[in-house]
Amino acid sequence: MTTSDPRRFDASLRAQGLDPFAGVAARIAHVASAETRHERKLCKSLEDAIRASGLKNGMTISLHHGFREGDKTINMVVAKLAEMGFRDLTLAPSSLLSCNAPLIEHIKSGVIRRIYTSGMRGKLAEAISHGLMEEPIHVHSHGGRVHLMDRGELNVDVAFLGVSTSDPFGNANAVSGLSRCGSLGYAMVDAERARTVVLLAEAIVPFPNAPASIRHDQVDYVVQVAQIGDPAKISVGATRMTSNPRELLISRLAAEVVEHSGWFEEGFSLQTGSGASATAVTRFLEDRMVRKGIKASFALGGITGSIVDLHQKGLIGKLYDTQSFDSQAAESLRVNPGHIEISTNTYANPTSKGALSDWVDVVILSALEIDLDFNVNVITGSDGVMRGASGGHSDVAAGANLPIVVAPLIRSRIPTVVERVTTVVTPGETIGVLVTDHGVAVNPRRPDLDARLREAGLPVFPIEELHRRSLAITGAPQPIPFLDKIVGVIRYRDGTVADVVRQVAD
Amino acid sequence: MKIVREALAGTLESSDLMVRIAPHPDLEIVLQSEVMRQFGAQIEAVARDTLDKLGVTAALVVIEDKGALDCVIRARLQTVVQRAAEEWTAEWSALS
Repeated sequence: MTTSDPRRFDASLRAQGLDPFAGVAARIAHVASAETRHERKLCKSLEDAIRASGLKNGMTISLHHGFREGDKTINMVVAKLAEMGFRDLTLAPSSLLSCNAPLIEHIKSGVIRRIYTSGMRGKLAEAISHGLMEEPIHVHSHGGRVHLMDRGELNVDVAFLGVSTSDPFGNANAVSGLSRCGSLGYAMVDAERARTVVLLAEAIVPFPNAPASIRHDQVDYVVQVAQIGDPAKISVGATRMTSNPRELLISRLAAEVVEHSGWFEEGFSLQTGSGASATAVTRFLEDRMVRKGIKASFALGGITGSIVDLHQKGLIGKLYDTQSFDSQAAESLRVNPGHIEISTNTYANPTSKGALSDWVDVVILSALEIDLDFNVNVITGSDGVMRGASGGHSDVAAGANLPIVVAPLIRSRIPTVVERVTTVVTPGETIGVLVTDHGVAVNPRRPDLDARLREAGLPVFPIEELHRRSLAITGAPQPIPFLDKIVGVIRYRDGTVADVVRQVAD
Repeated sequence: MKIVREALAGTLESSDLMVRIAPHPDLEIVLQSEVMRQFGAQIEAVARDTLDKLGVTAALVVIEDKGALDCVIRARLQTVVQRAAEEWTAEWSALS
């Protein structure tokens, strides 16, 4: 049947909003030919893809930062949008890093008007801290980002998602091809929620591409680009491997805390956040697990090569990976069936139907500052300039049974333990223990833990004592002068405002 | 103590400082620090106190600080003065 038959329709149905059948391709044009069925999403250039996406001035775009310092898509897309004359856009990447300094020009010229991000580093962070933008940036956690999308505050019009391989239909991953970042945990969220999804594929492979981290039913357009990122730079900066003896000392002490915490039992679960000491804790856990004859049921989060080692030795059951922190983790995601890719919604969205972060026993987190109430700052340096990321910090701190913060007591001459943090990102009530190179402090809300660690002979002090010790070494820092203007709004994972960042006075 | 030649002490490693000294008609301290906002005044006070105890009243002292502790600042200044002075006249025991 190719045309409507008047005997098979009655005019009265029109009143109900019904139309007669008018041919298979009348409403679904792409079924007209094999070419349109299969190839209609392919765009010749990024510019064509942008035009096809229907992007307009003032809309919101999103991207992922799976390549961290090696990312090549965020700067490329924004530069192209600037060239095409777009203005007043809201930029909502999963995060920004030092490599995104070229965005400064596009903020100045009015291409970008608002920013939602997990964090910022380098020159861009410096410029925004000094008042570059008229509107403050919004800093969210990884879980909180999904929450902001689901509650309708952050509505992504067009997502530009870098993938290492995609087929012409939009089945894509980042575990095959040349430049692989492993998990697409950030991008999976945008692929599900953005109004229009454009894949920037480094290679277009024959259909069907598997595994499909991003599926063809989520994708509008596919365009090939030269390079989406440099995998060698994923583990630069926050996720680096350390050989620094002080960082290793802290890691070892943190492993001792885990061992005697009461949570170090068969089937425990763990996460190690970014930061040198945090990621290095893993290597001190192995011996202790073998000695005690226990295995972990799963590890969550940013997955590192050292976590993969333990998985391959059978010491950790499943790996739930929302961001592969190095190429070893990315490769493991490809080959190990127990290494599972998850979105940041599955990972940590507090208002999803369930977040894995609520099942973690032990999490090792970093801090730029921690105060006498155990509030943690991972965003602003003690000079008031933004230089970090919220990440999953507050998400997992809220869900885990034992959140441990690791940090050196002093960085050059800047004390880490302070009276009041410059910026609250993670509320102190969720933190269990602080581990420094000068000893351990237990949150007074956890007297049982305090007793267990003291009984094990660990160097436990009141946090006030660690604070006094740091000041005795560094001297008292002078307070940083701030202006009134708000340059950053720190959103807690539930969308509320945990703190504001004000412009640094020059 | 009289400064008669240019000298250098320290490094630009984190938690250290590089100090340059040169003959000059009066005492002038030029300070750059990574922790200027929090500790600039404290670093200058320590530098002046150290030079005072060494009896240095005329010199150009250029400090590039990478977040060094006070004890390190004192040590580097003592060394640079020792290298640049005509004759070492200070009592070590009086310096600490």
